[in-house]
Amino acid sequence: MLEMRNVTKLFFPGTLDEKVALVDINLHLNAGDFVTIIGSNGAGKSTLMNIISGGLRPETGTVTINGTEVQSLSEHKRSEWIGRVFQDPMAGTAPNMTIEENLAIAYARGKSRGLRFGVTHRKRVFFREQLSLLGIGLENRLRAKVGQLSGGERQALSLLMATFTKPQILLLDEHTAALDPNRAELITRMTEKLVRELRLTTLMVTHNMEQAIRLGNRLIMMDRGRIILDFNEEEKKELTIEKLLQEFEKISGHKLSDDKMVFG
Amino acid sequence: MLQTLPATIQLGLLYALMSLGVYITFRILNFPDLTVDGSFTTGGGIAAIMIIQGYNPWLALVGAFFGGLLAGLCTGLLHTKGKINGLLSGILMMIALHSINNRIMGTPNISLFRIETIFPSTSELKAHPHLVWVVFVCVALGVLVIKLLLDLFLHTDIGLALRATGDNDRMIRSFGANTDVTKIIGISLSNGLVALSGGLVAQSSGYADVYMGVGMIVIGLASVIIGEAIFGTRNVFFATMAAALGSVVYRIIVDLALRVRWLEASDLKMITAFIVIVALIVPAAQKSWRSSNTARKRALELNAEQNAAGGERHA
Ligand SMILES: Nc1ncnc2c1ncn2[C@@H]1O[C@H](COP(=O)(O)OP(=O)(O)OP(=O)(O)O)[C@@H](O)[C@H]1O
Ligand SMILES: [Mg+2]
Repeated sequence: MLEMRNVTKLFFPGTLDEKVALVDINLHLNAGDFVTIIGSNGAGKSTLMNIISGGLRPETGTVTINGTEVQSLSEHKRSEWIGRVFQDPMAGTAPNMTIEENLAIAYARGKSRGLRFGVTHRKRVFFREQLSLLGIGLENRLRAKVGQLSGGERQALSLLMATFTKPQILLLDEHTAALDPNRAELITRMTEKLVRELRLTTLMVTHNMEQAIRLGNRLIMMDRGRIILDFNEEEKKELTIEKLLQEFEKISGHKLSDDKMVFG
Repeated sequence: MLQTLPATIQLGLLYALMSLGVYITFRILNFPDLTVDGSFTTGGGIAAIMIIQGYNPWLALVGAFFGGLLAGLCTGLLHTKGKINGLLSGILMMIALHSINNRIMGTPNISLFRIETIFPSTSELKAHPHLVWVVFVCVALGVLVIKLLLDLFLHTDIGLALRATGDNDRMIRSFGANTDVTKIIGISLSNGLVALSGGLVAQSSGYADVYMGVGMIVIGLASVIIGEAIFGTRNVFFATMAAALGSVVYRIIVDLALRVRWLEASDLKMITAFIVIVALIVPAAQKSWRSSNTARKRALELNAEQNAAGGERHA
């Protein structure tokens, strides 16, 4: 499904500020995998996501989605296969456009955009049905501008927009980090449900270790641009936060440092 | 004043297409495109030279539209593929167009006096006075149709992508739209409308001049801003209506200003700049005044609650 081989990414190469963001990453995901990713600040998690989505190009290595090499395709071309939710609730939606217009934009993913109406009656029925699945009343506010929604509502909408066209791969980069605990929990539950029902191959970065262990069928830990730990479904079942921290210190030789990390 | 009002409104409607163009770049794509100063003249110049050479005046308008489209395409390419800042791309094209317009026209100005245009000639008007009203209604309907077509376009899949490009370009890229393409489409369409307006104004005034576009961007901005202040921007329908009618209101304001004895025609540009400055400052000032006002009110409320709670405890 998704294959990364020998991917290395540098920032400001050859200068004093040179930053090695990813070093020789090899990663293979099967269809339907739900992988959680944890790691300290600057470990390279977001860079990994951006390399997959096409926001960044790797210096070396290949990225293959369903047998197609994509590392030199532009972001908008790859988006046919990839749905994304960003950390910032503002990032995933167009604030001055209505909910139904935002959904219509998402609906056109992977199709060629022409001179047909973006929002039609038929699509509106579908949008309403999809929005009602979120259970937060957005289905009655199709004509409201997205800028008027709260952060949590926006993130729920972003999640729906990223998933309802059933992309091959779903990338979630700390998509609950900007929300208060209740909202974050709500979005997490929605995520779980959508991923399960649509059987999406998912990569999810989180700073909540408990969540990282509980969700998904595989857990990856990154440090300084490398994947240092990789637990499969069986191993993950046995995992606890203490064990995870111990393993991390053993392998990386330093304590896990992350101002955002939630241990419980 | 009242006698000239219909003529003033009609002129405003001819310029309304220009301000619709400015609306596309300034409000939808979020950058003021200075190409407008050049492409307005390009439209006027192409229309005039085509008419002089015997082409049908309607065909001359089509030519003007495509000339503007092409100018916008160049600006769009500079901005997206050349990665030049939008404002600078516009300035570069504006300067380049000045030479190009001279080449197109061959002379600094072309008179269409006694040559058939889409507007009736003075003698025809003398013979049939009611034609004035026919023309007025036709112009109003024509502008309305173009405005509605633009509204429809902005609701198509491409139109939504175009609007999202100015609103959140990262988001629309993640849904598969090529933002370079949407920007180029927007800037081209914008300048096409501007040039069409130039072609109409040239035919209505009976001449084209290489300087006819100077300051046009500021007039366009003024029209859009005035329109928004009066009619609001609830949705696309209102926003384009505001841009179009803003142009009419602008012409009326100018007409009034010119009746003030100590103002001269050459003061027009300063007045326009002044309108834009006021229109930009007032809403921002209003907003900050309102928010600080609500903040103060909220603070007083909280204090009162606090005191009430404290009072109870003491009692
Ligand atoms: N656009 C950029 N320009 C320069 N350096 C960058 C850029 N993006 C990331 N980096 C650097 O690459 C390294 C990895 O960053 P990345 O954002 O992938 O970390 P992360 O694991 O997502 O961290 P966080 O948990 O803080 O989000 C860091 O050292 C960072 O400073
Ligand atoms: Mg990150």
